[in-house]
Parts: sequence; C-alpha cells; structure tokens
Amino acid sequence: MAARSQRGDAADAALGRRSVLGLGAALTGSLALGRDAFAEQTDAAPPSDAPWSQSLGAGVVDRPYGRPAAFEAGVIRRNVPWLTAGTESSISFSPLQSLNGIITPNGLFFERYHAGRPDVDPARHRLMIHGMVERPLLLTMPDIMRFPSVSRIHFIECPANGGMEWRAAQLNSLQFTHGMVSCAEWTGVRLSTLIEEVGVRKEATWAMVEGADGAHMNRSLPLEKCLDDCLVVYAQNGEALRPEQGYPLRLVVPGWEGNVSIKWLRRIKLGDKPWFSREETAKYTDLMPDGTSRGFTWLIDAKSVITFPCPEKPLNGPGLYEIRGLAWTGNGKVTRVDVSVDGGANWTTAQLHAPVLSKALTRFSLPWRWDGKPALLESRVTDETGYVQPTITQLRAKRGTNSIYHNNAIQTWQVKADGSVFDVQLG
Amino acid sequence: MSSWADRVPAVAMAMLLAAATARAAGPGHFGYGTVPTPEQIAGWDIDVRGSDGAGLPPGKGGVSRGEVVFANQCAACHGTFGEGEGRFPKLAGGQGTLTDDRPEPTVGSYWPFAPTLFDYINRAMPMPTPHTLSSDDVYALTAYILNLNNIVPNDFVADRDSLPNVRMPNRGNFIWTDPRPDTKAAACMSACVDPATITITSTAEGKDLTPRTTGPLDDMQPK
Ligand code: HEC
Repeated sequence: MAARSQRGDAADAALGRRSVLGLGAALTGSLALGRDAFAEQTDAAPPSDAPWSQSLGAGVVDRPYGRPAAFEAGVIRRNVPWLTAGTESSISFSPLQSLNGIITPNGLFFERYHAGRPDVDPARHRLMIHGMVERPLLLTMPDIMRFPSVSRIHFIECPANGGMEWRAAQLNSLQFTHGMVSCAEWTGVRLSTLIEEVGVRKEATWAMVEGADGAHMNRSLPLEKCLDDCLVVYAQNGEALRPEQGYPLRLVVPGWEGNVSIKWLRRIKLGDKPWFSREETAKYTDLMPDGTSRGFTWLIDAKSVITFPCPEKPLNGPGLYEIRGLAWTGNGKVTRVDVSVDGGANWTTAQLHAPVLSKALTRFSLPWRWDGKPALLESRVTDETGYVQPTITQLRAKRGTNSIYHNNAIQTWQVKADGSVFDVQLG
Repeated sequence: MSSWADRVPAVAMAMLLAAATARAAGPGHFGYGTVPTPEQIAGWDIDVRGSDGAGLPPGKGGVSRGEVVFANQCAACHGTFGEGEGRFPKLAGGQGTLTDDRPEPTVGSYWPFAPTLFDYINRAMPMPTPHTLSSDDVYALTAYILNLNNIVPNDFVADRDSLPNVRMPNRGNFIWTDPRPDTKAAACMSACVDPATITITSTAEGKDLTPRTTGPLDDMQPK
C-alpha cells in the first residue's frame, strides 16, 4: 500500500514518458529500485568518481530553451481522469509536494480550461474595450505593452480546489487535494490604466470580461475591483505568458476565484448591471443545504496546507524534521500560521518566510522532532483581517456538503508509525 | 547606437518628463490603439444579460426546429432528451432535488435566467465548434431545452421578447451578496479539544480514487 506512495521522485525519471537521451539502461534500472536506492548507490559516491565527473558534458545551447533534469520527469501537472468527460473542459493540478518557495514554475502552473487550450497568434490578437465608455478602444499586443507596466506576485486558485473533499477525505494526495493553486510574478498594465484611457461613463458600475477561447469565457466584475488591483498581463515569471495561462494576454484578479482571471482576454465591456453569465449562475455559485445558492462569491478565503510531510512525501524514520507548508488569503497578507501535530488539541506558531506578500502564496515552517508514534498534522492560517481558517466540521455546519466551491478547511494528514501519510478528516 | 534621450539637453529632458507626468491621465491620454468601427464592435458584442435579456439578437426559433438541431449537433454528448451521455452534463430534470443529499442541478432545476441559456449555447456550444450556429438555431435550441424541462409549452417560440419573460423555477433561490465570513473560527492554542474525543471520521486510505502521483500520467476511470 505505502510502497506506491513512497516511491521517490528519482523513480519517476525511469518511469516517465520523456525519453532520456544518454541515460544508460543500467542507470535507469537502478533508479527504479526506489528510495532506498539512494543509500545503495555507491558507484558515484566517495571514494568513487562519478561517470559525469569523468566525461564531457553537453555544450551551451544544447537546450536553447532549458528544461528540468531528466530525473524530475515525474514532477508534472496531473489530472483526475474520472472527474470530467474529457480533458478539454477540465482541470490539472500542480505538484505542490515537489515545489519550493512561493513561485510556481511556468510549466507546472495548474490548468483549467472550458474549451481546451487555444494557441492564439499574438499578431492577430486584439483587446476591445467598449460599452459604457467615453471612447471605445481596440488594442494590439504592441499597443498594450506600451502602457506603463507593473509586476506583482499573486496566487491564482480555482475555487473548486478541495471540492472533492466536502463530504469526506477522498484523495490521498497533496497534489489532488490542493493543487489547483499556483503563484507567479505577473507583468502587465493595470486594468485601471486601460479603463482611465477609455474613460468611464458615470452610469457604469460593472465590467464584463471575456476570453478568445472557444468557451468565450465571460464573467462580471464590479468596476470598483477593476479599478483597485486588477492587472492585464502578458508575462509570467519573466517570460511571455504560457498558452495554458492565457497567452498572449490574461486578466489577473488578485485574491478572487481563479475563474474571473479570464485567459486569452479579448474584450472588456462596461455596463450598469452584472451579466449573470452561465459561469456565474449555473457554475461558480454555492448550493446550500436549504436549497438556496450564493452567487458572486468571488473572495478566496484564507487557507493553508502542510506540503511536507504529505501522502506523496512520507517520513523516513523518527528524528528531526522541518514541517513545511503554504498559506494564502484573498484578503491580503497572511499574518500567522499555527501547526498542530495532535489533531488540533494544541498548536505552535510556525515561522513565516519572507517575502510575505499580499494575495500571494506564503511559506511557513516549523521544526518537529518525530518520536515515531502516530500523529495528526494540521496547519491553520490567520490573515490580516483576523479571519481564522475553519475546520471542515465548521464549514459543513454552515454550508453542508454540496456547495463544491470555496472549501478552505484545515487539512489533516495522518502520520502512521511507519511514516506513511494519509488524507483524513476528523470529527 | 545612442538613444534619443542621450541627445536631448538635460533641461529640455526635465521639461519633457514634467509634461508627461503633470497632466492627470484621462481618456485618450496615451493615445495608443484605434477606435473600433461599429462593425468590429458588432462582431464581438455577443453578450446577453441574463436578468433582462439585454443584448439578445433578432431572430427566433421554436421547439420542433430545436429538436432537429439538437439531434444533429448536441445529442451525441447530451443525449436525445438532454439526459447526458456518460459524464457529459445532463440538460434536463433534477427539479425538486436541490435539498437532496445528491442534488441534480440542471438548466431546469438550477439556472435562474432563461436568456443565459441563449448566451451560453451561442458562445460555447456545440463544444467542438463553438459560436458557429445561427441566431435562429440558438433560439430554437433554447426553446427545445426549456421545453425538455417542462418550463415552456410545445408551441413556444424563443426570441428577444419571449425569453426574458420565461420564469425559471429556481429564480428566487439565489442570494447575490456574499455572506462570508460565515465561520467564526478562533485561533485557540492549547487544550482546544479533548484528545480523547478526536476521531478520524473519514480517510482516503484504501478508497482507490487517487490517480498515481509518480511516473507517467494515470488514466484511472471510475470503478
Ligand atoms: C462534444 C460534446 C458536446 C457537444 C456536441 C455539445 N456539448 Fe454542450 N456541453 C458539453 C460539455 C463538456 C459541457 C460542460 C462544459 C463546461 O462546464 O465547461 C457542456 C455544457 C452545456 C450546457 C450547460 C449545462 C449546465 O448545466 O451548465 C448546455 C446548456 C449545453 N452544453 C448545450 C449544448 C447544445 C445546445 C449543444 C448543441 C448545439 C451542445 N451542448 C453540444 C459537451 C458538448
């Protein structure tokens, strides 16, 4: 049982689909042995000199666009194939168990499509801004890049992150319980700059934002939020947006549910009422036990999760460990994260790691000496508004089990005496 | 190559910068881009407002025409009567199930506004070739799906006047202001719960729902 989850990332390289040029069959075979292989591999450890120390490596531009080491081939976005009818309207999850720091590498940022990933030609892409404006505007990509630019680090989380866990613990994996969140440095122009450029007619109070994909994905946003901190971005972590993230242009609505951060952004229309599009009526509304539904629940509530240990990264014998995790909140900054190793009876405040940025992923850690006994690990975030992350029991008491979205419950990881880790819920 | 800035005297440069920053940004301040023509706007201006149908185009379509188009363009995924093939969404039924343990939200049981149905079919369906149907066909499909849900009669004709007047059964059950924060958790630090009362109420262990998280992608299907 535990053998599957305990297989180290190194084994992924051997199992991965990417072919590994120059990686001998002997090496591949030995890596497939699993985590204990690290101790057994002596051909490269002292006193031996490793094969790569006695040969010439590949030259510059061998890989004109770099890629991860072949041994990291298992660190990939993954999906839950049984969840959706196909992959075109679906979701993939970031491998949080293998990530460090607060920035998600561009190739590992979670994906959410409603009509697949369009491959948009930037030369033919346009952004139209119209509706209740003084002067409608049609912009090319070079036009947009000429506006004053800003860079900001923000997370984007799909509000369905954790949606499969409302009823019970279901997925034994950090990647699948929490991987619909990622964080990047975004560069672009403030939406307020563009809106000031077209001029707002005084009746306008809402904006409709729309994508150029086959879904023509559209959502309504209060004008106030548009003028506050929204960005129209063309770059992600220093390079052009990835097609998966809306190349060549997307909206970033900091701290709000990911669906409103429209990708492949092509149109912004100002109006005096919300549009009540399908994605803000049939979907992205929260069904309560009494049959009523909450709409326009944009805010991402404060949430945290322990990323080590986790089901994919179990413990290897008693001793000193660093419990590590991520925390974030749509309200602004994370102010505190507490960690419990006894299922929430007692808590210790963890250390927050700089930078602690508004509406960005924040790292925390806490040293922990594991005595080898079963433990129940939890983290609990408090944000700058004083909001405290709830338990799943507290959430269910208010919202039942059918609201799909906005599950920001405290995650419990059960550590067994053999070091294996399981997704559980407590009562 | 020296930039233009290198060649402008410092005083003139300072004045240029001042001119650029002193004026408060207003409409047309940067002057980039072009004003779209009415034809350009019309081509993209497809949005229909759910609550009152603002933006609904001219044209019309009835239930029987909708049945034909649906059979050709939609039934492969959604089933002839909107029952949904495989995991594709059901488009009909589910009325009265919203308070059940396993609710079935569909157009008929859940959607609050009929014009939104026109808007969504027009912008996003049929999934393989979205936004390729005529307005008449989209109206006809809207009429057909509403009829499948027993919301409109067999002789209903959908158009820009009739759709906003269709009363959707679940219309009154939406709250459009966010009541959160609705949990009032406290950051208790010690002896928060009696350890003896802590029980594991559910575990993912052994459920066999989790795709593998190492090696190649999993193609795990429901058991
Ligand atoms: C290839 C399969 C496919 C075909 C063909 C197709 N659809 Fe869909 N349809 C889907 C999928 C998948 C979704 C869910 C998309 C999403 O949520 O992003 C969907 C969603 C819908 C919904 C929204 C359901 C809800 O409750 O939210 C409606 C309405 C709809 N389709 C109507 C149609 C109509 C009308 C046609 C024919 C013109 C059509 N579809 C053709 C796959 C298809």
